[in-house]
Amino acid sequence: MIKEKLFKYLTLTAALCSVVFLFGIIFSIFKEGYSIFAEVGFFKFIFGRSWHPTHYPPEFGILPLIVSSILVTAGALLVSVPLGVGSAIYISELAHPKGKEILKPIVELLAGVPSVIYGLFGMAFLGPFISRVFGLPVGLNALNASIILGVMVVPIISSISEDALNLVPRQLIEASYALGANKWETIIRVILPAAKSGVISSIVLGFGRAIGETMVVLMVAGGATSIPRSIFRPVRPMTSAIAAEMGETTMGSSHLHALFGIAIVLFVITFISNLITEWVMRNRGKNGA
Amino acid sequence: MVKNELKVEKLNLWFGEKQILKDVTFSIPDKKITAIIGPSGCGKTTLLRCFNRMNDMTDNVKIKGKIILDGCNIYEEKTNLSSLRMKVGMVFQRPNPFPKSIFENVAFGLRVKGFKDKTRLTEIVEKSLKDAWLWNEVKDRLNSSAMELSGGQQQRLCIARALATNPEVILFDEPTSALDPQATAKIEELSVELKNSVTVVQVTHNIGQAARISDYTAFLYLGELVEFGISEKLFTVPQDKRTEEYLGGKFG
Repeated sequence: MIKEKLFKYLTLTAALCSVVFLFGIIFSIFKEGYSIFAEVGFFKFIFGRSWHPTHYPPEFGILPLIVSSILVTAGALLVSVPLGVGSAIYISELAHPKGKEILKPIVELLAGVPSVIYGLFGMAFLGPFISRVFGLPVGLNALNASIILGVMVVPIISSISEDALNLVPRQLIEASYALGANKWETIIRVILPAAKSGVISSIVLGFGRAIGETMVVLMVAGGATSIPRSIFRPVRPMTSAIAAEMGETTMGSSHLHALFGIAIVLFVITFISNLITEWVMRNRGKNGA
Repeated sequence: MVKNELKVEKLNLWFGEKQILKDVTFSIPDKKITAIIGPSGCGKTTLLRCFNRMNDMTDNVKIKGKIILDGCNIYEEKTNLSSLRMKVGMVFQRPNPFPKSIFENVAFGLRVKGFKDKTRLTEIVEKSLKDAWLWNEVKDRLNSSAMELSGGQQQRLCIARALATNPEVILFDEPTSALDPQATAKIEELSVELKNSVTVVQVTHNIGQAARISDYTAFLYLGELVEFGISEKLFTVPQDKRTEEYLGGKFG
């Protein structure tokens, strides 16, 4: 009896730990970060166009960082959505069973490569390649980060989309063939629309992964803090600003609070993207029209 | 003299090593209802799916023999599957409308064909829905989702969808097995009406249904065509002992 009870409470504690961690994290970033909103002002912090935290007087406008994050993430999705959804369609609908057996684990292996290795690849190979092809002094910029992040996100989009495609009922596919549609028309007109919600949530999840990724952007995005005017400019997304600058701050300084402020913004963005995924998944199939 | 729409000649079908259909030969008369009956696993659905070559999609399938439609063997290599399936429509066991609007469900076959004329498309959708006895129930909500319809309505929508490509033959694969008695009665009446314009081939394991609506009946047992003839005759004086036993409920 006592043993059973003990076991129950031990496992309960383990489960509660996650809750404690989550709320602990939320509490601490808000505690450290909220003061910057008061000090600088909400709009000046979010929409301020210059980020010079170590100048005198310092400037804490994080718009360049937000724009960098969005630019790099959007670029990553431009790479990963066609590749991810395309490979999902191939694997689930077109590949021979043997080909599927080989291809699927390889795409999923891509998800297991540590991000620092992606970063190394971007620095050592893709960077020089981009600088040569486009005639730029350095190849560490938004384009480089977009491509590398895009490749990182491919397995997320591919595997979740593939699950969604596999869930499309066989009867719908047969109905389409029976009406004279060929394979291609069936994929475009029936399978993809029926799997729409799963494909969309895979893209939103990929977005969350890309915008939160730190190591790759720290290594290959270049790090400039001005608002980028093109994809060939070096950029500093929010995550790399936090990671790069944390070591330079002193306890209790405004700079430190500002970095926590960035963390709050990032947290809110990823939280919203998770909510969207939840919502899309929950509404799946309710009314497909 | 009965005109024949479909001729089945020495049709054999294997899934892997297993032979499902054995030397099936018979002719399906034009503009009549032909029922295919038999115990589960006798191959009746497989036979039905031969008429629009739906079995082609199954792995490891081997088919020998001929099915003649409009003077051509549909199992010839040059057969265009897409136009075959527009000529030979199919309605499935469970209603399977697409998660699209009612209008788009009916328009599907024509859209696939690349049909662009909007006015004509609207006319055909309306006519198909009328022919499937669904028009009055849905005419005010053609743009709502087909998923909002009841099971019986969905099945009639699937019939309208099959009618829209102006087929010569419609295959019904136990179309009422998922429906309540009222919806079933309506579909039965509808198929009797349909034979004025198309040839109907219907698989059913409901003997009563076959007796009520069909003009001709084929009894299939273990992949063999045991008996084929005018329904009235087959149900009252079956020629083969196995038919008699099946109708008498000895197996099934």
